[in-house]
Amino acid sequence: MARAVTTQRKTLTTALAWGVGLLIFFPILWTILTSFKTEAQAIANPPIFLNFDWTLENYAIVQERSDYMRFLWNSVILAGGSTLLGIIIAVPAAWSMAFVPSKRTKDILLWMLSTKMLPAVGVLYPIYLLFIELGLLDSRAGLVIVLMLINLPIIVWMLYTYFREIPGEILEAARMDGATLKEELLYILTPMAIPGIASTVLLNFILAWNEAFWTLNLTAVDAAPLTAFIASYSSPEGLFFAKLSAASTMAIAPILILGWFSQKQLVRGLTFGAVK
Amino acid sequence: MATKASRSAARIMMAPAVVLLLGWMLIPLSLTVIFSFKKFLPLRGDRITDRGEGFGDFMWEYVRGFPTLDWVGFENFSRFVGSSSFWPSVWTTLVIVGGVLAITVVLGILLSLLLDQPMWGQGVVRILVIAPFFVMPTVSALVWKNMFMDPVNGLFAHLWRFFGAEPVAWLSEASMGSIVMIVSWQWLPFATLILLTAIQSLDSEQLEAAEMDGAGPLQRFGHIILPHLGRAITIVILIQTIFLLSIFAEIFVTTGGAFGTRTLTYLIFQRVLESQNVGLGSAGGVYAIILANIVAIFLMRIVGKNLDA
Repeated sequence: MARAVTTQRKTLTTALAWGVGLLIFFPILWTILTSFKTEAQAIANPPIFLNFDWTLENYAIVQERSDYMRFLWNSVILAGGSTLLGIIIAVPAAWSMAFVPSKRTKDILLWMLSTKMLPAVGVLYPIYLLFIELGLLDSRAGLVIVLMLINLPIIVWMLYTYFREIPGEILEAARMDGATLKEELLYILTPMAIPGIASTVLLNFILAWNEAFWTLNLTAVDAAPLTAFIASYSSPEGLFFAKLSAASTMAIAPILILGWFSQKQLVRGLTFGAVK
Repeated sequence: MATKASRSAARIMMAPAVVLLLGWMLIPLSLTVIFSFKKFLPLRGDRITDRGEGFGDFMWEYVRGFPTLDWVGFENFSRFVGSSSFWPSVWTTLVIVGGVLAITVVLGILLSLLLDQPMWGQGVVRILVIAPFFVMPTVSALVWKNMFMDPVNGLFAHLWRFFGAEPVAWLSEASMGSIVMIVSWQWLPFATLILLTAIQSLDSEQLEAAEMDGAGPLQRFGHIILPHLGRAITIVILIQTIFLLSIFAEIFVTTGGAFGTRTLTYLIFQRVLESQNVGLGSAGGVYAIILANIVAIFLMRIVGKNLDA
């Protein structure tokens, strides 16, 4: 039975929650607004909120000056490539752990998780060195592999928790009816697993897109994604708030949109199924 | 029951993931451990191989334990701890991790309680609150550094002047507070989202029963909600600790480790890549790995228990 809530109280909660929500969201909103201002308007005191002449010139300048599209493309390749590769490797592993569990399954899962806890800085030089030796420094291929490896434990875990929710009886019934392993995988498991796989893809794409340790340390020019591109704004020249805002808005917009779809999966993925 | 054939098929399907992660863990880790016992200054001419440059040579030297580099015993370990920047970096790390944890957990609980109340536009508010989590670290750090904390043109400077106060150069005069604030903004959504999920799994009849028995809001919070949230809070603390111990980009693009913001992670980064004292940095890396593992053990216990359920 739901508790009766007075309209007055609901109005009050609504006002408070919206106030807090807007406060937390404000830096993002301010960045988006500033990206449409001129540099002079961007630093004006008192600050201008909406009554300025909206302009797109910052976006044009950012693209023109620094070949923004190349960084964007690198981000897409790195996040997309590492996620795809991770899924290809993780689906069979998670499938077998969920449906053919053995005594060691739990240990393997926990061990995989423990590799995620390894502090990146602890292995920075070895990876840097291996990249030099293999000619992978500032290459997209090298970073795709590293990003795939750091997210692989999360991918396996998420898929495992989704796969475990698929009732085993269905598989047994299929086997009784004489389905082969291939048929079982193709016609029964895959359709049931698609939503889980989609959520996993989404969250890991976001994590890889925002990864900012390896992308900053292992790229220079050719393979640099948006994280590194934005970092180049840490040494400012002249007035640059509006241009920084335009670059930032473009870098976060796709992920904000994807992120809103993935809020539920976020909890499952980042707590390794411990909170659902 | 699984057949013998499906068992071996399962093993084969698991193999790529297991082998890759094993390699990812063992090869870099063993290199770090080897280097931590070596004198290795690439800029002063120390080379890991005195022959060709190929990968085969590298592997050959690796297997033999890099004989061209001198073993120095535990010297790197004692020098890393003995250096004047070690204890400040430990302190900085503790303040940042502790500060961010305190802020995100306390505000996270309050926010999740608020968001759990009936209201209009709950979905939209949720989205507004969660959004910072999806902003890449370099963007959030630079937006805060410039558009809010800039001592001349930042919004805070405008606000301070409006009230007749002298603007503050946040990232140099109040560097730690500023970093804690930026990182808290990034992680508050994570804590809120997990705590909200946990609150929503609470049986509302239990709360109603307590209310009928005359328990006030504070009593209900202290005796029912908080104990129910216990596990979720622990998980938030452990997971955030692991991520916070290794924050990097936020410091890299704001202070570059200056003004007392050099964390253990940043100190190791500087030793290894900036001054290229690989032996010393690797010893630091070993310390960082041990530290992270202590936290990880607790987290794994909770996650492991959940697997059995």
